[in-house]
Amino acid sequence: MSRITTTRRGLLKGGATLGAGLALPTIFTSPAAAYLNEPKGSTVTLGFNVPQTGPYADEGADELRAYLLAVEHLNGEGDGGMMNTFSSKALKGNGILGKKVTYVTGDTQTKSDAARASAKSMIEKDGAVMITGGSSSGVAVAVQALCQEAGVIFMAGLTHSNDTTGKDRKANGFRHFFNGYMSGAALAPVLEKMYGKDRRAYHLTADYNWGWTQQESIAAATEAKGWETVNNVTTPLTTTDFSSYVAPVLNSGADVLVLNHYGGNMINSLTSAVQFGLRDKVVNGKNFEIVVPLYSRLMARGAGENVKGIFGSTNWHWSLTDAGSKAFVKSFGEKYGFPPSQAAHTVYCQTLLYADACERAGTFNPCGVVEALEGFKFDGLGNGATEYRAEDHQCFKDVLVVKGKENPTSEFDVLEIVEVTPREQVEYAPDHEMFSGGALGTCNPGA
Amino acid sequence: MKHLTKNDRLLFIFFTIMVLAGPIILAPFGAGYPDLLQRFAIFGLFAVGFNILFGMTGYLSFGHAAFLGVGSYSAVWMFKLLTMNVIPALFLSVVISGLFALLIGFVSLRRSGIYFSILTLAFAQMSYNLAYSVLTPITNGETGLQLNLSDPRILDAANTTGSIPSTNLFGLTMNSTAKFELLGLVFQFNVGFYFCALILIAGFYIAMRIARSPFGLMLLAIKTNQTRLNYTGVNTRPYTLAAFVISGMYAGLAGGLMAITDPLAGAERMQWTASGEVVLMTILGGVGTLLGPVLGAGFIKYFENIFSKINDSVLESWFSFLPEGLSDAMVFVLHFFVGKGWHLTLGLLFMLVVIFLPGGLMEGGTRLYNAFRSKDTKSSKDEPKAAE
Repeated sequence: MSRITTTRRGLLKGGATLGAGLALPTIFTSPAAAYLNEPKGSTVTLGFNVPQTGPYADEGADELRAYLLAVEHLNGEGDGGMMNTFSSKALKGNGILGKKVTYVTGDTQTKSDAARASAKSMIEKDGAVMITGGSSSGVAVAVQALCQEAGVIFMAGLTHSNDTTGKDRKANGFRHFFNGYMSGAALAPVLEKMYGKDRRAYHLTADYNWGWTQQESIAAATEAKGWETVNNVTTPLTTTDFSSYVAPVLNSGADVLVLNHYGGNMINSLTSAVQFGLRDKVVNGKNFEIVVPLYSRLMARGAGENVKGIFGSTNWHWSLTDAGSKAFVKSFGEKYGFPPSQAAHTVYCQTLLYADACERAGTFNPCGVVEALEGFKFDGLGNGATEYRAEDHQCFKDVLVVKGKENPTSEFDVLEIVEVTPREQVEYAPDHEMFSGGALGTCNPGA
Repeated sequence: MKHLTKNDRLLFIFFTIMVLAGPIILAPFGAGYPDLLQRFAIFGLFAVGFNILFGMTGYLSFGHAAFLGVGSYSAVWMFKLLTMNVIPALFLSVVISGLFALLIGFVSLRRSGIYFSILTLAFAQMSYNLAYSVLTPITNGETGLQLNLSDPRILDAANTTGSIPSTNLFGLTMNSTAKFELLGLVFQFNVGFYFCALILIAGFYIAMRIARSPFGLMLLAIKTNQTRLNYTGVNTRPYTLAAFVISGMYAGLAGGLMAITDPLAGAERMQWTASGEVVLMTILGGVGTLLGPVLGAGFIKYFENIFSKINDSVLESWFSFLPEGLSDAMVFVLHFFVGKGWHLTLGLLFMLVVIFLPGGLMEGGTRLYNAFRSKDTKSSKDEPKAAE
């Protein structure tokens, strides 16, 4: 029976190999490192975790473009972009701490579970020392908590909820983007000036973390100016037809509609509101108005004609004329052929800020990076003078109030800047009631 | 029939060895890292439990993810309130999901066939929407239920470290990993994975015993012809309900394990797509077989986690040996099948499997085995008997 013999031999061989493998642990790596995923070779790996599918896929794609651009610039390729205008000169264009920057990408699917799975595989399999990305606050909060537990740095991307640096703040997590409170504080005075003190607002709100905190912030800021909030209706994130939500607005006695929506949601809800003729109505003797508190160029472009004259706020816009913005728009435009969105801008800044913090700290150790970023003041990244506040790891800078352009000159030129709200006006105490209930904890280096 | 046959025992031993050696076997495929291994074990367990209902009893539930979610929420609440030890968490997740399954099963099992599927789907979608927005104080909505520094955890010693403690089994932390490097590969042996693996093996053994028991025979009879059973005076309802509850408890256990390996419970875990996923896993692996669902679960999770992370620069490095134009062409074509196109590849493979191997991957395995065996028996017939 030759068959049995070969099987037995094979089994013996296999068993011997297995035994040898188990019995000869060559290097016991994990306790040797000072912190998790310490880069030992000539490269350092960053994890870019963005939505490639789902409702925020457009934003994710633009973020990924900016990440690739940032990696090029860090490695000394291309024209250097905002590295040249950045107030800190620690980066030399030779990677980070002399190590070439490599990256891995993942799809968050705009779901917390998928995003955490993707981030975990970056940390456990690819040895990423920093995770960045996210186009939804739910995902950002979930991944930030994961990075805190695992012991790597999380540089938040597009996340506008108060909770990210409020009740869910973490020592290992940092946010450059602005938040709902800042939108409200910047927008309310402009709205008061344009539409008057006596207004009745109706809110449609995306039914998740970001929508709730933004609605709360906008309602509080406008009510302080004398507005009345008539109603707040939450809409599921996956809604595509908003007509059943828009129809009741007409009979509610409201004369302002606030759309706390983002991305595809906002495009659809605004389109339905305009199709229902809301903007042509006169209610309470005043013109009916629509407000979109968080604007982005990608959304404005998607909504087309409908955004004309509608007010909102944004973190950054490519038409800014400071040296940093110009340098960034130039190198992004040369590589991809169109101007970057605010999502692209914030993740580019985050990547540079992380790299710079490593250089200044002289290590990739998360605790060193945290120390270098806390209270860090910088300029030249397109938002003017900015500070990473130590108490909650939130960036404080000027906020832009924008309006849909009446006469756009191109498909990218859809927003115009109405006002640059200074930092002092949007600043709040770290223990403000909308942000309280969380604690940073201590930095976690993982090992 | 009460006892396992020799083949069953061999299958069980084979299964145990394969699962325990998972980190070694899967490392060359880039899948030997703890998070994915844990997912293999957890979804394997989920699919094994689902198969008790779908494969053995013939009831196609489209709402099994609801039990997974309920299990996760229960476990996280245990971590928040009681202790980071995993035993109470697992216990509660199994009990709560079992009760939940009893409730849903009691209503849904009044119908069979497509009506049963629709009822379970409706219940699951209802649970999802409740978890997503109505029950936010319990579920924390879209963000998901998370651990906080300020949670009471009354059984644990006061936490002064400033970071959230990790889940543990009497002090043995679930996320501790021993790494070995050999032949350029890193083998990671993770406590959490082995914990899940042992539970998977136990779950597999129980499923096997159920399949070989009189109870299992009754389930099979229900699947084959329920009307005839009813005419012969057998009341099938208690059997189907028992099968439903058992499989719901399996799902709850899997949900609890998910919370143990990653202490967060999100509502999307309960969405109908998640329920559909376990149906796909079972069909892909082989409905009604013991091993099939575990294979299917591994297959789908591998695609979700590995294929979705292949980007253009990875592709370029694969084809860099080809001449410029050709490698660009390869990257251009494959671009649509990897990264964000992983759903497409999975869908195509699923179609191929269903069309050519209706019995799933298990049928493929059996066919291969038979092909080899028939060749072998032929050759051994030709050989002179003197060799013995």
